[in-house]
Amino acid sequence: MMENLDLWPVLPMLVLTGVILSLALVIAFFRRLSLSCGLSVLGLAMTLAAIVWVAQRTGGPWQVTPLLIVDSYGLLFSALAVLASMLIALMAYSYQANRGDHQDEFFLLLLLATLGGMTLAVSAHFASLILGLELLGVSLYAMISYPSRGHFSLEAGLKYLILSGVSSALILFGIALLYGAFGSLAFSDLNIAQISADSDERWLMLAGITLLLAGMAFKLSLAPFHMWTPDVYEGAPAPVAAFLGTVSKASIFAVLLRLFINVDGFDDDTLMTGLYWLALLSILIGNILALMQTSIKRLLAYSSTAQMGYLMVAFIAASALPGRPMAVEAAVMFLIAYVLTTLGAFGVVTLMSTDDAEHDTDDLSAYVGLFWRRPLLASFMTAMMLSLAGIPLTAGFIGKFYIFTTGVQNELWSLLAIAVVGSGIGLFYYLRVVYAMTRPAKDDTRSSLPMTGGWALLAITLLLIGLGVYPTPLVNWVSQMTQQLL
Amino acid sequence: MTIILVMITLMLGGVTAWLAQAWQPHWPKWIALASCLLAGLLLAPMLATTPDLVHALGQTSSTWHEYLHVDWVPRLGISFIIGVDGLSLVMVSLTLLLGGVAILSSWNEIDTNQGFFHFNLMWTLTGVVGVFTSLDLFQFFFFWEVMLVPMYFLIAIWGHEQRARAAMKFFLFTQISGLLMLVSILALVVLNMAQTGVLTFNYFDLVGHGLSPNASWFIMLGFFIAFVVKLPAFPFHPWLPDAHTQAPTAASVLLAGILLKTGAYGLIRFTLPLFPEAAHQLATTAMLLGAVSIVYGALLAFAQTDFKRLVAYSSVSHMGFVLLGVYAFNELALQGAVMQMVAHGLSTAALFLIAGALQQRLHTRDMTAMGGLWALAPRLGAMTLFFIVASLGMPGLGNFVGEFLVLLGSFQVNIVITCIATLGLVTGAAYSLIAIQRVFHGDVSPKVRLTDLRGREFVALIPLVLGLIWLGVAPQPLFDLVEPMLSNVRELVTPLGNASLGNMSLGNASLEVAR
Repeated sequence: MMENLDLWPVLPMLVLTGVILSLALVIAFFRRLSLSCGLSVLGLAMTLAAIVWVAQRTGGPWQVTPLLIVDSYGLLFSALAVLASMLIALMAYSYQANRGDHQDEFFLLLLLATLGGMTLAVSAHFASLILGLELLGVSLYAMISYPSRGHFSLEAGLKYLILSGVSSALILFGIALLYGAFGSLAFSDLNIAQISADSDERWLMLAGITLLLAGMAFKLSLAPFHMWTPDVYEGAPAPVAAFLGTVSKASIFAVLLRLFINVDGFDDDTLMTGLYWLALLSILIGNILALMQTSIKRLLAYSSTAQMGYLMVAFIAASALPGRPMAVEAAVMFLIAYVLTTLGAFGVVTLMSTDDAEHDTDDLSAYVGLFWRRPLLASFMTAMMLSLAGIPLTAGFIGKFYIFTTGVQNELWSLLAIAVVGSGIGLFYYLRVVYAMTRPAKDDTRSSLPMTGGWALLAITLLLIGLGVYPTPLVNWVSQMTQQLL
Repeated sequence: MTIILVMITLMLGGVTAWLAQAWQPHWPKWIALASCLLAGLLLAPMLATTPDLVHALGQTSSTWHEYLHVDWVPRLGISFIIGVDGLSLVMVSLTLLLGGVAILSSWNEIDTNQGFFHFNLMWTLTGVVGVFTSLDLFQFFFFWEVMLVPMYFLIAIWGHEQRARAAMKFFLFTQISGLLMLVSILALVVLNMAQTGVLTFNYFDLVGHGLSPNASWFIMLGFFIAFVVKLPAFPFHPWLPDAHTQAPTAASVLLAGILLKTGAYGLIRFTLPLFPEAAHQLATTAMLLGAVSIVYGALLAFAQTDFKRLVAYSSVSHMGFVLLGVYAFNELALQGAVMQMVAHGLSTAALFLIAGALQQRLHTRDMTAMGGLWALAPRLGAMTLFFIVASLGMPGLGNFVGEFLVLLGSFQVNIVITCIATLGLVTGAAYSLIAIQRVFHGDVSPKVRLTDLRGREFVALIPLVLGLIWLGVAPQPLFDLVEPMLSNVRELVTPLGNASLGNMSLGNASLEVAR
């Protein structure tokens, strides 16, 4: 058996592991932030190249040990994670540079967390799921309280540690119950259809999946499991919050969708009702609580809950077999747009906070008049807010268009009505940020954009608008890449 | 290609204006004006062409001055279709004309960030041109939303005292109704796919779809609400008085002159041809809404002391005629509706320009603080009087033709509603004349200093004067231009309409028999 094992499909993960080891060695000898950052970006670029190389081989999907399955769906999410980390590394450079010594390990943790995300994207077994989840989680605990700038980020780190620990425990217990019901830990052996409706196994299975879903919902900050999000986002350094909002959520959603399609968890009415309420509550609670926030980071936290709610609409739409390809495509398109936009929004906060070593500049009052003080940064932020609100010319519109399309196709009218109401409320607070930036500036402090972060943000914004105007290449690519999942 | 060129000219003009501000603070307005003129010159030759590109539209065939079809997102059946027929051509011409007027009207009003201001102005125009020429439902929705964002900025940044609230209200109303329309578009497309197996957003493919009456009804409502919010008709109007009043002059001109017409255009272009049966079911309600808007808008206009608010409410009243005319479905009423769209565009744009001129000179819009201004500024007074009587429907000017034809047409369909609507003419005269009386007659407050209209303002107003007189005296060229399109709409609507009207009267008869 072992001699037949082909390891080349996991080459991207091997490359990234190699990069992590060499970065650790380099940091041991040369402590230079520019070197660490450059090496990380280079390493991530190499990983991306490896992903592209694997994606171009035909004959997939490849099962690598029972734990991992490398298919184009997994590769797509790996690529998304790697690309997002690369942009975060670029934007974090000047941010970290102004925060004293010993900042190099931040990039090490970032790469480790990315590896965790990639593992999640290709995992086909509960063991690898937990492995990826913990790799991601443990790196994040350290990243959130990384600079230890007073008790604020320590508090956030501790909060995340405890709550995330609890959710991991829930997931583990759920997995144990599922093992009791199915007698296997591989996704492919799990099949609801083989369990009769009134057997004991059904209750084990239901309890197991519910616990698992609750744990996952926590990590995705779906309501009512969202309570930690604003505090942790607010306390965490802006680049880490960006990671938390993008790579972490995208990878976890990727594995959740894969699990549900494999298990055919959609076949169960009880579960679908649960999912329905998750989506509905997330859209409503996220949008309503975001209304009155004065901290941009808290606002983005609640808005992420709402956005995950929209994403769940596509998730639910994937339940019906005829609509499934469209729904999966919609979820992926929406996530790509969401990741890009969230990266951009936190990127602006990151660049705004470059100079202040104590605290992140995330209060709305600091953004008043930004249009006239730092027009470029304000334009980026405007693009991000409009994209979150789903206005055309931005990728966010394409994402929302997809969500509505798949919702209509599956006749989820009540969820769509909630989504329309939620988007209406959403407009209000996204526009509040934009409006604050257009008001006359109180002071006239201008400062230039940091080089690397500025270019990264420009790239994100151009990508955002490019995808909003001509999404065709991405649409074709995504529909092709997601076929193997189905 | 012409329309593409027009849109590119406007977009590039906007970008150049924004960039030019860094070099010369006074260049943006010149650049914006020049690109508007250039766009007008590009469009002008098309007015002389005959529509010779033929496309099947349902059972009938339609003719187009220009037609362009490019795939956009083929996987989702989305294409980029530009089609210009008489109606589009008229509306695009109006857009470019009023665009120029808007730029002139805010010539000296904007003192901060002129570059960004003109950028937003030009991009609003681009969006509106897109709306008037798009024949793919996705593309139409795309432009529908694109025109809102720069307009939001215009109101939020350069508006008056309560600009934040007004801008927010404007955006929320139009966005939420827009989302309703998006859901309707998607429902139409998806249900159509379930029947034909083809995923398409193409207007030509969707006209004549075979959806069940029930589904058509709900989908039609989504479209109808989005368009009627924009129009706006009672009870969907609350955003309008605030937005119009708080917006800077140029934005008010664009809002009242063009943006409201996108709602009316949408009704004629999409709601009627796509859902003829459902439109018939709604006809009486829609006409009633139109009539109520006419009276309600006129009454509220009469109660205003703010000059801009008065003009804003008068817009609700005048656009009510459009709604009434569109849903009367006959030749006279439809022609009248189109005439009313154009004439109201011209006269209201002029009135907002005058309101802006008054505000800039007196720093108030409150009519109780004005009075006797005729003595100080006779030319301003005369101009105002001209546009006021135009808007109250003086024979010989465009608005009269529009309102008269609408009433004539709707009288054949529903006498009661038409009679209610006619009341609007009386109240219209009342609020118009009271405005003139309050502002221009009476005693002059000794503190008031007022300079008369300047050359720039004359340049902006004269084309509007000429346009209104021309429409009033010789409306036939306009009717000739839009007639092919309107007759298509009638052909799509009428055959079904006769049948269902027949059924309806049969139903009434049987009811009476039962009694």
